[in-house]
Amino acid sequence: MQEITGLFKIAEILRGILGHFLPDPQLVDICMSLINIGAIFTIISLTAVVLVYTERKVSAFMQRRSGPNRVGPGGTLQSVADMIKLMAKEDIMPAGADKWMWILAPILLFIPAAAVFVVFPFDNKAIFADLNIGIFYFIAMSSQSVLPFLMAGWASNNKYSLVGGMRTVAQMLSYEVPMVLSILGIVMLAGSMRMSTIVAAQQHTWFIVLQPIAFVVYVITATAEINRAPFDLVEGESEIVAGPFTEYTGMRWALFFLAEYANLLAVSVIATTLFLGGWNGPWLPGWVWFFLKVGGMIFLFMWFRWTFPRLRIDQLMSFGWKVLLPLALLNIIVTGIGMYIYEFFS
Amino acid sequence: MNELIYTVAFYIFAAITVAAAFGVVTKSNLVHSALLLALCFIGVSGLYVLLQADFLAAVQILIYNGAIAIVFVLGTMLTRRSSRHGTNDTEVNIPSRVVTLVSGLFVVVTLGVIATTPWHYSSGVIVEDTPSLLAQLILTDYMVVMEAAAVLLLAAMIGAIVLAKGVEE
Repeated sequence: MQEITGLFKIAEILRGILGHFLPDPQLVDICMSLINIGAIFTIISLTAVVLVYTERKVSAFMQRRSGPNRVGPGGTLQSVADMIKLMAKEDIMPAGADKWMWILAPILLFIPAAAVFVVFPFDNKAIFADLNIGIFYFIAMSSQSVLPFLMAGWASNNKYSLVGGMRTVAQMLSYEVPMVLSILGIVMLAGSMRMSTIVAAQQHTWFIVLQPIAFVVYVITATAEINRAPFDLVEGESEIVAGPFTEYTGMRWALFFLAEYANLLAVSVIATTLFLGGWNGPWLPGWVWFFLKVGGMIFLFMWFRWTFPRLRIDQLMSFGWKVLLPLALLNIIVTGIGMYIYEFFS
Repeated sequence: MNELIYTVAFYIFAAITVAAAFGVVTKSNLVHSALLLALCFIGVSGLYVLLQADFLAAVQILIYNGAIAIVFVLGTMLTRRSSRHGTNDTEVNIPSRVVTLVSGLFVVVTLGVIATTPWHYSSGVIVEDTPSLLAQLILTDYMVVMEAAAVLLLAAMIGAIVLAKGVEE
C-alpha cells in the first residue's frame, strides 16, 4: 500500500508517461525538475491561503467565537476574498522612502522562505535535493530573512518601521544561536546532516523521545524566528503599528504575509523531520503522515499565539541568552555523554 | 552540456561578486554599501558551490551574510544624518591620483602573479562528503589553532561585555 501511493512512485509513473512523448532523457529530467518546482510553489501559495483561514478559525475556537462564516460554505472562501481585496488595493509608496530598497525588501524576503523548501523530505525519496548538508542549508537560508526585514524597516523612512527593523535583528540573531544548538543534538544522534538519513534514523524511535529538551528549545526559538506571538515584537501592533511593514500596502504587504506563512510551514516541517519521525508511520502513505504531523505542529504554533501574552523586548532578550542558550548547551553536553555511555554498554 | 552550465554559472557568479564589490566602494550611502557587500558574499558562496565546497558555501552565507545585518545596524546608528546621502563619501584629503595609482599598481601586480603562476591540476579524488572530513581535520590536525581562535573570541566577547556595561559607579 505504502509503495504504490508514495510520492516517489507517482513521480516514477509521471516520468514514464513523459518518456513516451519526449525523445531525450535529459529533456524528461528538465521537465520533472520544472514539475517539482511548480509543486513546491503550489504548496507555498496554497498553504498561505489555507493557513490564513485556519488561523482565523483556530483563534475563533480559542476565544469561543465562530470566526469567518459568511463567504462560501463555512467561510472557506474568506481567504480568497481577502486575496482579491489585497490585489485591488492601491499601491502607496512613502515620499521619503529609499525607492529600490523599499521595492526589493518584500521580494528578497520571499527568496529564502521559498529556497528552504528544496531540502524538505515530503515522503520516502520525495525530496528535491537531498544535500549532504541538508539541515545546515536550512539554517543558513532561514537566517537570511533578517536582512530584508531590516531593509524594509530602514527604507520606509518611518520611525516605527526602523524600530521594528532593529528589533528583528536583535530577536532573530539571538534566537538563531539556541536554535542551531538544539538542532546540533539531533545531528549528533543521526551522525549526519542529510535530511533522508535523519528521517531514516527515526524509523523505530522518534528523536523527540531522546531529545525532549532540544524539542522544547527548538519550538520556542522557532516561534521567535518566525516572529509569531508571544514573540511578535517585530510587528507588535500595540507598540509600533506594524513594524517593518507599516508603510506597505496591497500586494507588497501580501508578500510579507506569504513569507510569514511559508516560514510557519517551514519550521513545522523541520520540527516534523527532526523530532517527529518525518514521513515514518504505519498503514497510511508517507506523505499523509508527513502532512498530518506538520498540521499538528502548525496547530501547536497557533495555540501558542492565542494563549500567551506578548513579552517585553528586554524579557525576550534575557530569556534567549540566559535560559535558552545555557539549556541548549547543556543538552549538547548531556547528549554527548549519553552517546558515550550507550556505546560503552553496547 | 554540464561543462557549459558550469562555465556560464562561474561567469555569472564572478560578475556578481566583482560588480557588487565595486559598488561597495563607490556607493555614497553606507547602507547601500553594506547591502552590496551581502550580495558580494552570496556571489562568493556561489563560487564555493561550483568548487564542490558546499559546506563552506553554507558557512559563508550563514556567518558572513548574518554579520551584514550587524554592519547595517552599526552603519545606521553611527552615521545617521538628516539627509540619507553622503554617509560613505570618498576621503577628500587624499588626492585621487595617488589612490588611482596605488589601486592600479595593485591590479597590475595581482594580474602579473596570476599570469606567471604555474597552476597545478590536482589529480586527487573529489571528496563527496566534505563536512565529516573537515571535522576530522579541525579536531585533530588543527586542534590548537581552533582552540586559540575560540579563546580569542571568548576574550573579545568578555571585552565587549565589560565595555558595554561601563565603569562601576
